[in-house]
Amino acid sequence: MTNWPILSVVTFLPLAGALFIAFLRDDAAGVRNARWVALWTTLITFAISLILVWRFDPSTADFQFLENRPWLGGTITYAMGVDGISLPFVILTTALMPISILASWTSIQSRVREYMIAFLVLETLMVGTFCALDLVLFYLFFEGGLIPMFLIIGVWGGPRRVYASFKFFLYTLLGSVLMLLAIMAMYWQAGTTDIPTLLHHPFPLALQTWAWFAFLASFAVKMPMWPVHTWLPDAHVEAPTAGSVILAAILLKMGGYGFLRFSLPMFPEASQHLAPLIYALSIVAIIYTSLVALVQEDVKKLIAYSSVAHMGFVTMGIFAVTAQGVAGGIFQMISHGIVSAALFLCVGVIYDRMHTREIAAYGGLVNRMPLYAFVFMVFTLANIGLPGTSGFVGEFLTLIGTFRINNWVATLATIGTILSAAYALWLYRKVIFGKLEKPSLFNIKDIGWREIAILAPLVILTILFGVYPKPVLDISSVSVTALIDNYHHALSAVQTAALTK
Amino acid sequence: MDTAHLARLIPVLPEIVLGVGAAALLMLGVFQSGRPWRMVDYAAIALLAVAAIILVLLPAGKLTGFGGSFIVDDFARFLKILALLGSAAAIAMSLDYAEHVRQQRFEYSVLILLSTLGMMMLISAADLIALYLGLELMSLPLYVVAASHRDSLRSTEAGLKYFVLGALSSGMLLYGASLTYGFTGTVGFASIAHAAGQGGPAAIGLIFGIVFLFAGFCFKVSAVPFHMWTPDVYEGAPTPVTAFFAAAPKVAGIAMFVRVAVMAFPGITSEWQQIVVFVSIASMALGAFAAIGQRNIKRLMAYSSIGHMGFALIGLAAGTPEGVQGVLVYMAIYITMTLGVFAVILSMRRHSGMVESIDQLAGLARTHPATAFFLAMLLFSMAGIPPLAGFFAKFYVFLAAIKAGLYVLAVIGVLASVVGAYYYLAIVKTMYFDEPAEGFYNMPYELRVLLAICGLFNILFFVYPGPLVGVASAAAHSLF
Repeated sequence: MTNWPILSVVTFLPLAGALFIAFLRDDAAGVRNARWVALWTTLITFAISLILVWRFDPSTADFQFLENRPWLGGTITYAMGVDGISLPFVILTTALMPISILASWTSIQSRVREYMIAFLVLETLMVGTFCALDLVLFYLFFEGGLIPMFLIIGVWGGPRRVYASFKFFLYTLLGSVLMLLAIMAMYWQAGTTDIPTLLHHPFPLALQTWAWFAFLASFAVKMPMWPVHTWLPDAHVEAPTAGSVILAAILLKMGGYGFLRFSLPMFPEASQHLAPLIYALSIVAIIYTSLVALVQEDVKKLIAYSSVAHMGFVTMGIFAVTAQGVAGGIFQMISHGIVSAALFLCVGVIYDRMHTREIAAYGGLVNRMPLYAFVFMVFTLANIGLPGTSGFVGEFLTLIGTFRINNWVATLATIGTILSAAYALWLYRKVIFGKLEKPSLFNIKDIGWREIAILAPLVILTILFGVYPKPVLDISSVSVTALIDNYHHALSAVQTAALTK
Repeated sequence: MDTAHLARLIPVLPEIVLGVGAAALLMLGVFQSGRPWRMVDYAAIALLAVAAIILVLLPAGKLTGFGGSFIVDDFARFLKILALLGSAAAIAMSLDYAEHVRQQRFEYSVLILLSTLGMMMLISAADLIALYLGLELMSLPLYVVAASHRDSLRSTEAGLKYFVLGALSSGMLLYGASLTYGFTGTVGFASIAHAAGQGGPAAIGLIFGIVFLFAGFCFKVSAVPFHMWTPDVYEGAPTPVTAFFAAAPKVAGIAMFVRVAVMAFPGITSEWQQIVVFVSIASMALGAFAAIGQRNIKRLMAYSSIGHMGFALIGLAAGTPEGVQGVLVYMAIYITMTLGVFAVILSMRRHSGMVESIDQLAGLARTHPATAFFLAMLLFSMAGIPPLAGFFAKFYVFLAAIKAGLYVLAVIGVLASVVGAYYYLAIVKTMYFDEPAEGFYNMPYELRVLLAICGLFNILFFVYPGPLVGVASAAAHSLF
């Protein structure tokens, strides 16, 4: 049994669970069963994805667990595989899904079956995005995720959910369709959409530049980078807690993953020429959105803006194309996936109790919720990037990676870390410390067992990766080295060709 | 008459069966006392199925009849099957409607059969005269069925409007055909291609002829700027008739557009390509923007179909086998999407009668979850969101456009698809996000089946797209 299609199983198992739920009856028992089926499906998927880690060979940069079947005819095939860059994201996805399902256990009371189906379908599409080794297949998964997310925000979201869901959908679609055209142009140029082949295909400079911009349009919206980030605060604020978790922790990472998987290796020349543009946008994102976060009155909005700032570090590190920068970018994405998910879950905890996200409505929670105060503290510090938390490792690596290439950029980005301390601590002080004055808060309860079960693994991972980041870095290191070698190799080949002309 | 003569009629056998059958059903309807219409409807569907089976069983390869003016190639086979399916679905969809609106006329099915016969002739036409005959045979019954609600002002108006504008377009087409004949000296597509020459600039008179011909085609496929009749006719005609208009005649119209462009003017692609590019861009843009403000779902579907024709024409603008393959895939997926949506529109019925406003769909996800789910999937498919079938439809036409170097067209096309996504989303929003309105009557059985088939086709297409794409590719190559 060594040749079973493990990636397809991990990808499509949630879909099978969704189908099962669709046939449950629509009564109290059916709703209860829907919750349990969804939880067990995501747990089993997570367990199977751990087999991937166990059998993964980190000493090679090649794609592993390959699957290849004819699909659209011609050279467009159903190709799946993972390497050291995509595997961490697959695990992040499968690990966060059971947590999201648990987080929605009591807060979602209407249309529970549909909710669980939407989440399971979304998991299939997200895992598929990270596993696809064919551009068209990748696009299919990448874009398909819009449908369930649109419904999650729109059906179970807050008061301005319609606006937020439309904005999310149309923004993302607009970016992606341009990428689709670039994919087609690449297909006619290279004769294939097979990603491993395209990674080494020398595209002409003109096509590289256009395609680079087209991919940027898609990934910059998804990431999101300044100035196309404005859908994110709206979507985050209106989405239900678990929706925000998935959005922040995984959907945003597709942008960074896309830069690593496509933009850098396939368009090295364009990436080199246009890296200053990315630096500039990243710096603006880091400083400007941090400042914006400082003046927010809504907890979720504040965290959303801080996400944009943190993603700025990722893009900066990736386009520095140094071993530390890229590895730091990946680590920062994983770390942010854990920390931002946890922060949104923390907001969800108090939102479930008070049904408001306004910062001013809280204060002095430490008196009634000591355990919650501790947990929130850990994630706030991780969000700041305090040494000893996972947030520090990612930011530090991206900064030193960038410093080698462009010390001005790195210096300016460092200002962002100061600002992040400012807004995060300010938020913490307002919500947790101070006197317990508001009468509505007198009877608030500390976190219960279910919430502890959700948050405890995240606390452990945050601190574990903070003091011992090796597991994540080791999985990806060989792939990252190969990526950077190929990048420089392609650039020097172009230079040699130019000299010999 | 000896058998050799009869054997020559084999390519036309499906059409003969359809024509004779339609005449027989007409007689049956007239002389059968009692309530003949239901039987005529079922017989008509059976007849369409028989024609389709005969079509599939015809000898493979390129067959010709009537001295070369009738041609059966893979291209014709593909589109004829689509047209037959569309017509059969349209008759099936009218069954319940006819019962409730007391519109029990057996002529309806017979007229659809005759119109379908015209479509089949049109798809197989290999010269301008056969083309015109097929076109008129297709169109005349359409004018009648559009006005088949004799006592309804809207229906009569729709029929009249359609007839007047249709006659105008036929005139333009005829004028174009005569100019083409005058400057090439022939009516056969192959000999026109020969006379029109390769590469070099075409005679100015021939260019005029092409423009007039294309204007007539644009009217039939309701492409901008000859689309004006579409919203009014779609809204005014009885809903099953609208469903019919949106599917089968569009297939036939696109078929004649592609066949004439590719078979009669292959050497002077650069002369007509710009027309198709313009028409395509204008249709996509108008379809996307004009639909946003619509509150009536039938009008919305009219603008949506204008937009879809724009997308399908992208493939023709490429003028390559890949492009034609894209058009064929697009049309196949388009009719499933359209028929599925119309199955839902036809079921929007309460005790107060049929409703057509989009607001009436509010909260459909609560009152009729399965219907809402399938409709939502069909709408996402129309918007071109993967992994639904509509994505692949757009994928293949854009793929061809990129290969042909039509980058501006492709970029405008995808942007239009984003704008268009807005109004499809707005319907999904009404169904899923809004508070429920009063529920509808339960869907009739045949509409349920149709909706499920169309919905599942669109959802599951990505699992095994190979066969349709392969057949479309073979069909496209048979033209070149």
